[in-house]
Amino acid sequence: MTQKNFAAAINEALHEAMQQDTSVICYGLGVTDPKAVFGTTSNLEQRFGSERVFDMPTSENAMTGVAIGAALNGIKSVMTHQRLDFFLLAMDQLINGAAKWHYMFGGQNSIPITIRLIIGRGWGQGPTHSQNLQAWFAHIPGLKVIMPTTPGDAKGLLLSSIFDPNPVVFLEHRWLHNTVGDVPEGDFRIDIGKARKARTGTDITIVTMSYMTIEVLHAAEYLETRGVSCEIIDLRTIKPLDWETVMASVTKTGQLLVLDSGFTTGSVAGEIVARVAMEKFNVFKSAPARLAMPDVPEPTSYALTKGFYIRASDIAVKVLNMMGKNNSTVKIDLPEPMPHDVPGEWFKGPF
Amino acid sequence: MDRFFQRSGLQWRLLLVYPISTMTMVNSLNLFLQMYRIRAVEEEIAHRYPQGKMRCPVHLSIGQESIPAVFAETISKRDFAVSTHRGHAHYLAKGGSLNAMIAEIYGKVTGCAKGKGGSMHLIDLNVNFMGTSAIVGNSIPVGVGLALSAQLKGTDQISCIFLGDGAIEEGVFYESVNFAAVRKLPVLFICENNLYSVYSPLSVRQPQGRSIAKMVEAMGVEIATGSGSDVLASQQLMQQAVNKVREGSGPYFLEFSTYRWREHCGHSFDNDIGYRTQEEFLEWQAKDPLLLLESSLSQSTSNLRQQLDSIKAVVNLEVQAAFKFAETSEFPLQSEAYQDVYATQELSA
Repeated sequence: MTQKNFAAAINEALHEAMQQDTSVICYGLGVTDPKAVFGTTSNLEQRFGSERVFDMPTSENAMTGVAIGAALNGIKSVMTHQRLDFFLLAMDQLINGAAKWHYMFGGQNSIPITIRLIIGRGWGQGPTHSQNLQAWFAHIPGLKVIMPTTPGDAKGLLLSSIFDPNPVVFLEHRWLHNTVGDVPEGDFRIDIGKARKARTGTDITIVTMSYMTIEVLHAAEYLETRGVSCEIIDLRTIKPLDWETVMASVTKTGQLLVLDSGFTTGSVAGEIVARVAMEKFNVFKSAPARLAMPDVPEPTSYALTKGFYIRASDIAVKVLNMMGKNNSTVKIDLPEPMPHDVPGEWFKGPF
Repeated sequence: MDRFFQRSGLQWRLLLVYPISTMTMVNSLNLFLQMYRIRAVEEEIAHRYPQGKMRCPVHLSIGQESIPAVFAETISKRDFAVSTHRGHAHYLAKGGSLNAMIAEIYGKVTGCAKGKGGSMHLIDLNVNFMGTSAIVGNSIPVGVGLALSAQLKGTDQISCIFLGDGAIEEGVFYESVNFAAVRKLPVLFICENNLYSVYSPLSVRQPQGRSIAKMVEAMGVEIATGSGSDVLASQQLMQQAVNKVREGSGPYFLEFSTYRWREHCGHSFDNDIGYRTQEEFLEWQAKDPLLLLESSLSQSTSNLRQQLDSIKAVVNLEVQAAFKFAETSEFPLQSEAYQDVYATQELSA
């Protein structure tokens, strides 16, 4: 199997889908520019032509409606937005249109569109360039919401999203684009709605998504040295959520911590804690918990974002606390990486 | 009576064997039929609405029948159309099933959206009437997307988008016109300017003296304006616009003046509540396109009174039958409320 980075895996999925199916089109601001949305749309226009791959006016709302209209006549659009925050201008078309079309017209036609949104944190992205609003989308009946972590999952889930008959919101964390992993060749698909066990353990279930999975894998390695065995469930799909896998794991471990890259109130983590607590109350050895972003907009300054994000150490502190273990040395054992606002030294602006 | 009509598909067509010179008369009778049919349907909805069996908002097109009628006589079944909350007339004009529309308003399982959408969500895929929306401006980009699909597939279909003067104030309108212009998409925008957005007059919404059509022209789109009271002149404008769009010259924008007689939403008249004057209403009623056409046809040399009466009789029967169909249809099962949230059929590559 070939090792590729996340961005290349996305690119490979787009090439595969467009090659397989001439009704797949791809558009968005910058998809044909030299940077090709972090390389994810490279060579698509050259290979498939400017009719099917095109840059667009700065009109997020109308262009979402265009995808709906085209879908009504059999076109599968993949839209790309360089930041989720820009796509907020398109909520009418997404929520009043795409999400409800199949239902409100009696199931006669469907809207197979895929909306790629880049989410992130750090590098001074600030209040309106960093939002992780998966909870918003998951709240809306009719939408599917995908948040892959690994390059392989990114490819497999993007292909499944493009060929799913429903509107799919596909969230790519900017800090994952350069991570490397196994990416199967060809038409490789992963079922929407199936979580992945990223680590098997016995003491606590940690449910996670997207980039938070990277942090919790570091935390779990450390926690192993402290005698805590973590089971990590990487959701991959936020909606429909794989409740079966989550419930089975919590039944086994009796402890639940849910991580979320979004704001705390109304978060996906909150929903998971609530539902598992309601259905599996008797299995809990201690109160379930969540770690999500504070209910404040993300600041821009390097100084203000220090200690702001949930890191491996925060997770370890929380888990040890839930297990009744001493957590006083965690911050020394697992210091916040320096610099704290990038996924690695390679990450330079402007993005 | 039967020899005047032929029921072809879902549309009534006149079958009058006249020499070519009287084709205009046939055309006029067809326009009359379309207008009368829309009015008869809407009047019957208004008449029965207080019974409380149609339990959803209705936005009637009484007074605004001429442009849909012209549309019906100009457009092909293969062309696409989308419309608005006030969409009954456009749905019927495109050839949408009357029975299915009335049943939808009654919330019946035989409705065009199986009772999921109501009056504001009409669809008939048999005639490429692709949907209506309750949100002002919402269906505009959808129509543009349909045009994009036609362009991608290389068909000669055009996409027609009905909108009102209120939608002109939505950002998505400009976004949609701009994209249609930049990609030279086969879109026909049909703006029915009825002067009010709910109860808000144009004067508080758009600068005095600025023409909607002229503004759109400045965006690089060909335009024409007409009076909805003059049905024959409107038909010429629409025919010319349809031809141009079909030839591939890009989007076209038509603006017609018109006036809604009843309240914004519901079955009553509302001239007494103070947002418009009785005088203004009467002025527009005097320009009723249906009445004007009927009197000109009945006063013409060939006196078409008998044909007009036949049309009315046939349409009235059809309307009554549609309400009977709706009233006697079953409601959907309660469990249906939870169905069709997601599409499940596999998409083939």
